[in-house]
Amino acid sequence: MKKLILFIPLVLFLVMGIFLYRGLYLNPQQLDSALEGKPVPEFRLSKLEDAKVMISNHDLKGQVYIMNVWATWCPSCKYEHPYLLQLAQQKLVPIYGINYRDQRGMAVQELTRQGDPYSLNIFDPDGKLGLDLGVYGAPESFIVDHNGIIRFRYAGPIDMRVWNETIYPLVKQLQQEAATAQQGNATEGTAS
Amino acid sequence: MKALLRILTSAVLAFGLAYQVSATPVDTYQFKNEANQVHAMQLARSLRCPQCQNQDIVDSASPVAKDLRMEVYKMVDAGKSDSEIIEFMTSRYGEFVLYKPRLETKTYILWLGPVALLLFGALVAFIFIRKQRGHADKPAELSAEDQQQLAELLKQHK
Repeated sequence: MKKLILFIPLVLFLVMGIFLYRGLYLNPQQLDSALEGKPVPEFRLSKLEDAKVMISNHDLKGQVYIMNVWATWCPSCKYEHPYLLQLAQQKLVPIYGINYRDQRGMAVQELTRQGDPYSLNIFDPDGKLGLDLGVYGAPESFIVDHNGIIRFRYAGPIDMRVWNETIYPLVKQLQQEAATAQQGNATEGTAS
Repeated sequence: MKALLRILTSAVLAFGLAYQVSATPVDTYQFKNEANQVHAMQLARSLRCPQCQNQDIVDSASPVAKDLRMEVYKMVDAGKSDSEIIEFMTSRYGEFVLYKPRLETKTYILWLGPVALLLFGALVAFIFIRKQRGHADKPAELSAEDQQQLAELLKQHK
């Protein structure tokens, strides 16, 4: 018994050691989003290509989609762009762009030159929507389910690995959820 | 000696000035009154910049930090309470923005861990000391064999 007590410091040391060792491999840049599980914040902003067209979050509801925060001043967005174009061609899920703290002319020019992967582009020149989304850099991507709830936030550029390992499995799962919910609604409708 | 002192004083002054300069961000925000300004600055200093991570939002030059401190200034001027402002920040950027984490189930170990360790140490020390003292109090007991050995040794050294 007495011998066992002598081992307590060693055990404490090991537990702390494991804790700190694991901490070494955490990415401090990867913050949890406070918005996961919450609805997309209310906004009313103009369309990037046309200042007269206003877009609010009610225009986005009803399906699983990805919101991608990007800007022309952001080098990682340029790196991500070709892959987003590929994804857009596959038509797996709509991608909405949020043009963040940018200049309208420059952003439109960039899209005409490099191609436009976005189903719709929302212009957020002073970062108001970005602030409500808790964006602290670009690019950041939010996966939203069919109820308009943010389910996942990914900070950093999307590439093939991130897409295949992290984002697409979740998108597929959410799309399945949406499909079953719709089926449920349909059977309910016929029953009543 | 005097020269050395002069160099030292000027160095201290220079560092002091540099610190003051770096700690004053160039913001064009007009507060309603000075009390609001002092209070808003104090509050903003307790919030961490989510992008740069090792600076508060007053010190940081990143655009997000600027947005956040402007938001704090505006909310203070609008008469919002501290808890409302902190709620605004944490609902967007999470607990991470607080330099001083809140006391809740998740952070108990953070707040109470050091106290628990201190108490544990004190307990160990207490038991250890009591044991030592217990030994000292007891008169030394020698067996008959020991007694005999002792007597022999004493005889030899006479």
